[in-house]
Formats: sequence, C-alpha cells, structure tokens
Amino acid sequence: MAGEVRQNSLLRPADLETRVIGKSVPRKEGREKVTGRARYVDDLSFPGMLHGVTVRSPAARGRIRAVHFEGDVPWHEFTVVTAKDIPGKNCIALLIEDQPCLAAEFVSHPEEAVVLLAHHDKYLLEEARRSVRIEIEPLPGLFSIEDSLARKEIIWGQDNIFKSFYVEKGDVDSAWAGAEFVVEGTYETGAQEQLYIEPQGMIAQVNGAEGVTVWGSLQCPHYVHKALMILFGLPRERIRVVQAETGGGFGGKEEYPSMIAAHAALLARKSGRPVKIIYDRAEDMVATTKRHPSRTRHVTAVSRDGKLLAMDIDFTVDGGAYETLSPVVLSRGTIHAAGPYACANVRIRSRAVATNAPPHGAFRGFGAPQSVFALERHLDRVAEAVGIAPEELRRRNFICEGQTLAVGQVVKEKVDMNALLGRAFELSGYHAKRKQFAAENSDARGAIKKGIGFASFLHGAGFTGSGEEYLASEVAMEAMADGSVHILAGSTEMGQGTNTIFAQIAAEALRLDCEQIRIVQPDTAHVPNSGPTVASRTAMIVGKLVETAATNLLKTLRDSGFLREGYSAADFSRACAEYITEHRVLKSFVKYEHPRDLHWDDQKYSGDAYGAYAWAVYVAEVSVDMRTAEVRVNDFVAVQEVGRVINPVLAAGQIEGGVAQGIGFALYENVVWQEGRMVNAQMTNYVMPTSVDLPVIRVCFEEIPYGRGPAGAKGIGELPLDGTAPAIANAIAHATGVDVRAIPVTAETLLEMLEAVHA
Amino acid sequence: MPERARKIRVSCVLNGSASSFEAHPMARLLDVLREDLKLTGTKEGCGEGECGACSIEMDGVLVNSCLVPALQAQGAKIRTIEGVAIGESLHAVQQAFIAHGGAQCGICTPGMILAALNLLARHPEPDDAQIREGLSGNLCRCTGYMKIFESVVAAVRRAETGA
Repeated sequence: MAGEVRQNSLLRPADLETRVIGKSVPRKEGREKVTGRARYVDDLSFPGMLHGVTVRSPAARGRIRAVHFEGDVPWHEFTVVTAKDIPGKNCIALLIEDQPCLAAEFVSHPEEAVVLLAHHDKYLLEEARRSVRIEIEPLPGLFSIEDSLARKEIIWGQDNIFKSFYVEKGDVDSAWAGAEFVVEGTYETGAQEQLYIEPQGMIAQVNGAEGVTVWGSLQCPHYVHKALMILFGLPRERIRVVQAETGGGFGGKEEYPSMIAAHAALLARKSGRPVKIIYDRAEDMVATTKRHPSRTRHVTAVSRDGKLLAMDIDFTVDGGAYETLSPVVLSRGTIHAAGPYACANVRIRSRAVATNAPPHGAFRGFGAPQSVFALERHLDRVAEAVGIAPEELRRRNFICEGQTLAVGQVVKEKVDMNALLGRAFELSGYHAKRKQFAAENSDARGAIKKGIGFASFLHGAGFTGSGEEYLASEVAMEAMADGSVHILAGSTEMGQGTNTIFAQIAAEALRLDCEQIRIVQPDTAHVPNSGPTVASRTAMIVGKLVETAATNLLKTLRDSGFLREGYSAADFSRACAEYITEHRVLKSFVKYEHPRDLHWDDQKYSGDAYGAYAWAVYVAEVSVDMRTAEVRVNDFVAVQEVGRVINPVLAAGQIEGGVAQGIGFALYENVVWQEGRMVNAQMTNYVMPTSVDLPVIRVCFEEIPYGRGPAGAKGIGELPLDGTAPAIANAIAHATGVDVRAIPVTAETLLEMLEAVHA
Repeated sequence: MPERARKIRVSCVLNGSASSFEAHPMARLLDVLREDLKLTGTKEGCGEGECGACSIEMDGVLVNSCLVPALQAQGAKIRTIEGVAIGESLHAVQQAFIAHGGAQCGICTPGMILAALNLLARHPEPDDAQIREGLSGNLCRCTGYMKIFESVVAAVRRAETGA
C-alpha cells in the first residue's frame, strides 16, 4: 500500500562510494517533531504579550469613506493601528512597492487589511473586530481574466497588465502553410490554496534599543527583513527576522508573511508590548495568496508523421489586485509552456493581469503547473488529430542533448526522455492497461470506466535567467573547538528537509557524521542571505554553497598543518581546537558565482533560463463512476531524473507529497469565487486529499549526476506539481471520451461534461 | 458585552498523572491544553474538526480537542503527544515516523501519531484499508501519506519482532 521507491541508478561505482550522500539519514529535527517539542510560532509566548487581529475590507473595490468603532466595546483598552501609524512607507516591498500594508483611501480587493487591533484578551478582541465597520463607497471591480483584458475598468497601471513576455524561436507564421494538421485549444486551471496545516502567524517586538524583531512561520527571512526596513524606515541592523519551526509553506509563506510581520510590528510599536498575530483557518484561506488561475490557448502545426512544426502559445494568469510576485510566476509559466520538446518554431505570448481578488502568489511549481497542464492535455488532442498514440507523438518530438528549448537554451545535460517514458510505462503496465481499458470501456452498460494517461515534462531548478546572479546568495560555516560544524544559511526548513540535506552535504565533504553538523536557526541577525527558500533552489544552489564552504574549511585546516590525510572524527575535532586556539575563529564564507557559460538576455527573454532541469514522466490510472461522475486515481507512477538523490526517503517524500497536491489540483481543490472573495474558505468545503483518497504513489528516480550540483544533485521540490494534473486529465479523457479542458475536474463539472457527450 | 460564564474546576488524569485546572466550561479543551497547561504539542490546524492536528485521546477515544468543551474533560483519562514517549525513550511509532519519513513539516505529526496509536490499540495488526481509514481524520499536506503508512507498518513490524 505504501509508495514503493525504486532507484534505477546510472551512477558509476565511484559515485556510490559516499559516506552519507544517497543514504536515508533520519530527519535532523525529527525527534522534536514526533514528541511535540518543536516550537512553532503559536507555541511561543512573551511576557506581557498582546494578541493582534486584522480588520479587513468588506468590498472588492472602492473608496474608504470612514471607519466606525461601534458596539459595547471598551475601545480605550485597545491598541488601534491604521495607515497613519506607519513610520516609513506604506507598502509591502517586494519586486515593486504597489501593495499597501494597510489600505488608506482605496481598497482593491476583498479582505484587504485596513485596521489593526491589539488586546490581551483574545475573546474580547474578536468582539472588537466584529464591531469595526469600514464604510466604503463601492467602485466596479474586475473578477475575470476576460474582463481584465477587455479593460472594462482600469484598475492597475495603464492597461491592467502587470507584466508580459514575448518569446520567439524560429518563424511560427511560416509554418502554418506546410502543416498537415493545425490543432487549437484553450485550457484553464483554477486557483489552488496552499493549505499548509499550520496557519500563518507572527510575533513582533519593537523597542528603541533593538529596533524591530519578528518571529514567525515563513520561508524567506530576508524578504520579511526588506519589507520591514522600508515600512519602518530603519537601517538593516535595526530589523531582525527569526524563523520559528514552520508547519508547511509550499510557496504560501514566501511573500505573505511580510504582511503579517508588518502588521504585528506596527501593533507592537504602538502598544509597546510584544504582539502575536495568528490567523485562523478561515482568515488564512480568504485573505492570503493562492495559485494563479490561468488560461492558455494553443495553436499547433503538425506534420503528417507527427512532427511539431510550430507551437503558438498564449498564456495568461490572473494576478489579483497587486503585482506581488506575478511577473516571476508568469516568467516560469512562460518558459515551461513549450515543454521538453524540440520544435523549430515556437511563439509564446504571455501576460499577468490585474483583477480585484486578493493577490495570487507563489505556490509550488510557480506558474509551470498551469502552462504544463495546458500543453500536456493539448498534446494528447494533437496526437488524436494526427491519428497516432499520444506517446508516439511525444517520442517523435522529445528534446535531446544539443537541441534547443523554446527560450533558446541549448540542452547541455544528458537527457533521455524516451528512457523515462519507457520506465514509466513498464512500471505502470501502460500498454496492456490502455488496451484492456479500451476493451472494457466499450461495454456501454459498464458503470465504471477506467483510463490511463500520462504527462512528460521538465522543471528548471533555481531562479530564472540571471536571477541567481542578482541574488548572489551567501552561506557561512563555522567549526567549533569541540569539532562541531555550524551551517549558517538563510534557507529555511519547512518540512522539505533543508536541515537534513545540508547536514549530509557538509558531512560528506568533511568526511564526518551528520550528527557533528549543526544547522543554525535562520535569524537575519546571525545568518547571511542565502536567498529565498523557493524555486527548487535550496538543494542545488544553496547546497552547492554549503559543499564549497565545507571544502574551504577543510582546506584551511589542512593548509594550517593541523589536519592530515585519513583523519578520524577525533582528529578533526582536535585540529579544530588547535586551529581556534591559534587563530580564534575557524570560519568559511562562500558567495554564489554564476557559471560563465550560462547566458541570459532579459530583453529578448532568451538564453540559459536555468542551470539545470529535472525531467519526468508521470502515469495516472483512474476509474470514473459514470453514475456519480466521481473520479478515483487507482495507481500513480512518477519517474524522474533529478540528478543525484541526496536522501532517498526525503526525496521520495517530496515527490509523493507533490503528487498528492497535484491530485488535489486536478480533482478536488476548487476555490469558489464571489466578486473576488473565496466563499468556501474552510477545510469543510475546500477539499484536499485524505488518506483514503489517494492511490499508491510509486516513485522512481533515475540518477544522472549534475556536475554543478552538490554531490551531483539537482532541484526537486516543485517538479511533481507540474505533471500530475495533466496525467490525470488525460486518463479521464481516455476513460470517458470527455475532452477535459479545465481543472479541477470535480464530480459536478464532469457530470455536466458526461451529459453533454452522451446527449 | 455579554457576561461570560464563570470558570469551573475540572479534574482529570492527564498523561498518566492527576491534573486539575480552572476553565470556562465551554472553553475549547485545545486552548486549555496549550495555554493553561502549556502542552503546546497539540496543534490547531482548522478549529472546526476537519484536519485532526489537535487530536488527543480521551478515555481511549481519538477526539479533536478543538471541538471538546473543557467541562467534558472532568474525570476523563487524557493522552496528548507529550504523554507518548517515556522520558527520553521514544515510542515505537515515534521512532518509525523518524526512520521512515512520516514527519515532514511536523505540524500534523502529534495528531497523526495519536491517531496511529489509537488505530493500533484497536487493530494491533491493521491491514492497508484499516490504516487508511484509521488515519483519514488527520490531514497531512506534505507527505501524500505514503511515508506515514510505511511508518505505521514499520512500527507494527517492530512490535512483532520485538526489535
């Protein structure tokens, strides 16, 4: 029943002579987590601490006329904060500074923060929150991609467009005439809630001596740090951000924690007391970010024998009311839109548009799950039009080493999509089942129809293009006199295994055991900026810095003459002690250097978009109850090449968890909108997969070591979100003949489609 | 502002020891555990009995402590995550969760471990369906549950072999 993990290693014997790399070392902070001792933000408490709440806009768009403090509430006991109390700039600084911390004159989306309240009594605080009435003169809002593009109102900039991209390879327009088939289609994906089980929260303390300190549930301490500097107008050293144990993030704790930290800090500043803000589930769901809804239009020219001659792709995401991270989400979605295929002529036009919904934001996959869904569903339809099997279409177009991706990147890695496809089909019994199901499904009386489908895809690791160069991440490592080695990095542990793999990478390079490596809690006062913990970059990019820091540390010890070849752990400790006695400190410091052979042109949007890609083929088997239109995933095979696997249990856990989220994205997770507001903001009616909903998820890693990754590793975290939903949609189409164009495919939507097919 | 009910004294057996506390009768047992008794291992995920992060055992029954009024704890035998390990010695289920990747972010883990213990008390050798059913009230967003199932199976195997 449990997911089986296979490793089909292409590693050389020398690669396997490792001490801890490739071994399922137990999770570094596992003991604290299984005993309940791990301290999450809501488990922390400070003397004299107040609780804080946020009063939010009841309207989607409008002018704030007045704020009324009503009811039988002892208002004099409350700390009340509005935009007027902001000492610096009223914004949550991210890429730009368009999102206010507290709305002052206008509101641009439902649940936008307007007033903050603090009090020591949580229950009274709730009464008070309900007694604040925000009077708004409503303005018409935009609630769909179509209305935003039609410019029914102008709600952002000149044209409602946060960002657009244009990618061109070859000459698309010259290809139509010579095409045997031209296949068109429009595909949509819905919003998805990250639904980390720990709701968002922060504690802030502000005083004259130290400035602003916040502790919280977050992925990116230095994002919060930057936002607070600008909000308070304070220098770098007067802001301190500490990550508490974080109960899941998935992108949802990438940008939004800056908002909560800002709110808690404003209340703390005004009250002179520590203030804790913990969102309850409804507030977390209704007010914080979600995956961008998307719409993709494909027009594809194909030859008689199934060669892709031209791909014309138009990709739009709904960014919500403020820009936040939409340009970057759009970028990743755009670059992934043409998939792992070699096509001579590709044009991708894309844009992120404004609507009056809370800003959509980072969610594992970051734009790629949206555009990959469209492409992989579309290619099954292209194969059908050509009259060949869907796998045959892929095989005839898979990209190989030396060929060029849509953005003009020549693939220099060893890549064998055919082998991954073959492995995935073998493990899933694809061919036999495809035949068997087709035969069984032809019996019209059958109440259950079965189908099997797949998706093939790639996912770039690290920041896009010149992003890593701009980030210029840093890592430090310090050895102590007792021989323990401390890793100082801004990368956060949120369940994905940062602590453990960093320890493994350092232990391997230093030839020590993982127990000797300590991970310093991310705290901007003590750790360097290693960049955000996002974009499948932690293992590959920051992990490499950890490896280099360890190598440098070792070199220092060797060069000093304190450590000889073939040392033991005791020798290492002794050498550290001797070195520190003589030189006081044994520390190494590493900064990212961009490989010279990676080039990216931000203007033309072309070049080496990512240092490395993970490659994958996923196969889903479903059954559809034709009476209730309920879909079950019966089997799932996930085959991928992610470079060297550092920790098989953790890596498989990443894939299994990502596939589960992908199954939710495909079938269950339906955000219901009403004028920009999520109306099903509860776990009761926003449904994520439970233990009885999921199939056995079978994970297989092919390993081709990546020269620039630590011990050969590439990124892995986001990959499984890309291919899961389209594999399921293709399986549903196979089972029922319904041409699935949008997800989630809930029973309600499928029932309508089935009725239309059989009408 | 309505007058709130007066606090009552509640006595129970908590993690094997006699315990008593004062609370409003309708206060959530979750809040009493976390705030008054400082047992913060029990987590809040949704506050409406959907996610199971606040699972505890009351008289051998797995309950969502966010839905239990404090007065119901009167006379009950309660077990929270803090009562699972004996001193520094972890329970076999806790050990299995560490060894087999059953915990990722860890926020569902205390509730999940109590659900697993409750399941094993009812079905010492559960089959696949019983494991899935037994844990279905506890949501995990990280693992896709596979490694949690493996952890439970491994704990059973451990109990059988005495390893």
